[in-house]
Amino acid sequence: MPALAELEKEFESAWTDPEFRAELEDWLTDFVGRPTPLQEARRLSRQLGVRILLKREDLAHTGAHKINNAVGQALLASRMAKPRVIAETGAGQHGVAAATAAAALGLECSVYMGVIDIERQALNVQRMQLLGTEVVPVTAGAGTLKDAVSEAMRDWVRSVERTHYIIGSVVGPHPFPWMVRELQKVIGEECIEQLDGEMPDLVVASVGGGSNSMGIFYPFAGGDVELVGVEAAGEGIESGRHGASISAGRPGVLHGTRTYLLQDADGQVQEAHSISAGLDYPGVGPEHAYFHDAGLATYDSATDFEALAAVDLLARTEGIIPALESAHAIAWVAANAGRLAGKTVLINISGRGDKDLQTIAQERQ
Amino acid sequence: MISTRHMFVTLDRTALLPYLTAGLPTPGDSADLFRAMSEAGADGFEVGIPYSDPLMDGPVIMRASEVALAAGTNVVQALAVLEKVAGLGKPTLAMTYANPVMQAGWDVYCGRLADAGAAGIIVPDLPLEEAGPLLVAAAAKNVGVVLFVSPTTGADRIRRVARAKPEFIYGVSDLGVTGERHEVSGHVAGLSARVRAITEVPLVLGVGISTPEQVKAVRHLADGVIVGTALVRRVLDATSVAEAARALFQAVHDLRAALD
Repeated sequence: MPALAELEKEFESAWTDPEFRAELEDWLTDFVGRPTPLQEARRLSRQLGVRILLKREDLAHTGAHKINNAVGQALLASRMAKPRVIAETGAGQHGVAAATAAAALGLECSVYMGVIDIERQALNVQRMQLLGTEVVPVTAGAGTLKDAVSEAMRDWVRSVERTHYIIGSVVGPHPFPWMVRELQKVIGEECIEQLDGEMPDLVVASVGGGSNSMGIFYPFAGGDVELVGVEAAGEGIESGRHGASISAGRPGVLHGTRTYLLQDADGQVQEAHSISAGLDYPGVGPEHAYFHDAGLATYDSATDFEALAAVDLLARTEGIIPALESAHAIAWVAANAGRLAGKTVLINISGRGDKDLQTIAQERQ
Repeated sequence: MISTRHMFVTLDRTALLPYLTAGLPTPGDSADLFRAMSEAGADGFEVGIPYSDPLMDGPVIMRASEVALAAGTNVVQALAVLEKVAGLGKPTLAMTYANPVMQAGWDVYCGRLADAGAAGIIVPDLPLEEAGPLLVAAAAKNVGVVLFVSPTTGADRIRRVARAKPEFIYGVSDLGVTGERHEVSGHVAGLSARVRAITEVPLVLGVGISTPEQVKAVRHLADGVIVGTALVRRVLDATSVAEAARALFQAVHDLRAALD
């Protein structure tokens, strides 16, 4: 608790300090490559009968929105004079982002990653190592994202004096969900600026922990724009093998947060399942739980199969290979194209799909 | 039900409270292992309710939780083990995590603990700020709640912990998760002095205390010590329940001797 209270104070002071904000702005412009484009997806729009706009977070440095948060928190670590950062990673995108930010700022970095994810995201493991980061394999549990978060937290409680924990999503104990949302809301803010007065009818984004979706939703929340979060239905909600915490979970406590959780009757947390390692988390950010309960956003899901088909769809119509995570958002729009006819839909392409090529190839066989 | 508070008043030595995971190696064999520790001189017990995400625990107790869950230990069976352990006539506490208690309901869970004869409950991922509903529910069922302080806990917070009238204060003697350490953390003496300057609530030290030398080093700093990982490891390493029971008897016997 004292560490969390200190972090809250430090982030609050940094976030209200114009000098810190200017420094972050510089990093986001020169290093991350912001603003990322907002693109009219003409061929996909024609095919679906829905006007589609794509927010191209896949074009940010390291290939996903994760870098927005990683650079912000690494700058915060430097400001707090902590020489070491740690992170957890599922798909490896946050791990790579943290490793990248740490290298650029001269910080030591260790990334916790489940052994299953190390296997299915070998390319990202190599990237992190090349950036000078130690990748720590996590064998506990099912060896996926949930266990990696637990191990990172275990590291942090013993190393907090010289270590900052760069959590990768809008999850974990306060102040993390707030801090990560503040660092990711640049996605939605840029969209509003780029739309130049025009408003889409819907904003659609995939939801695992929920940072890309909260990042694009937050600036639109409370207005006339319908916000849709798409969770991983894995092999189908009814199969029990999915990652759809809001659609199919109950409120509970995990990693210091009360939110929707996949759990059994005793409160044992269940493993999530998704073809996309980044959506393989049995909980969801507490602000999404709030958005759901308050009716600020609606949540639905797309299956592994639908996500794979959506990768093909976007690749062949627009020449963009999206991450499997982002493909869930595209899949939802494709599945609902009938009722969306004539509307304008903004989709967050949260990351690029290079990391998933092996998974996609295996599924094809 | 025997309360830990009563034990601390009547016991003229530093209490030894061994921890084991319920359902280890199986729900049926588990209570026998506690009996072996009782015969070796344990003063009370901490019974771990196996959980999917034991955040405070290091690799050994995590592994024990996985083994117990794989052996089919659900909450009902774990509490049945606790009931048998409480039947040994020494104060027995449940160590669990917040989510399973919340899912049952604070009142319902405390009622089950009271029925099983538990003296108290330990919930390491429930900070004082969130402990209100548990404190109320537990008090109504005459179940004590254990609250934590660590080397980074300041005097203000220790005062607030004491005011909540915990069953005892669990002093985390080293930052980090449960597990064996080469030596006792240098933080222990300071932590003990800070707590004792503020409150008479009994202080029990745990985390990173595992050998007879280590318990000897801290025996004057606290009213009791908790040893967990070193004992759990012996069970995980044993090839039979009988071997595990013998190893536990010896280990607890040696720890007890070092405390006297």
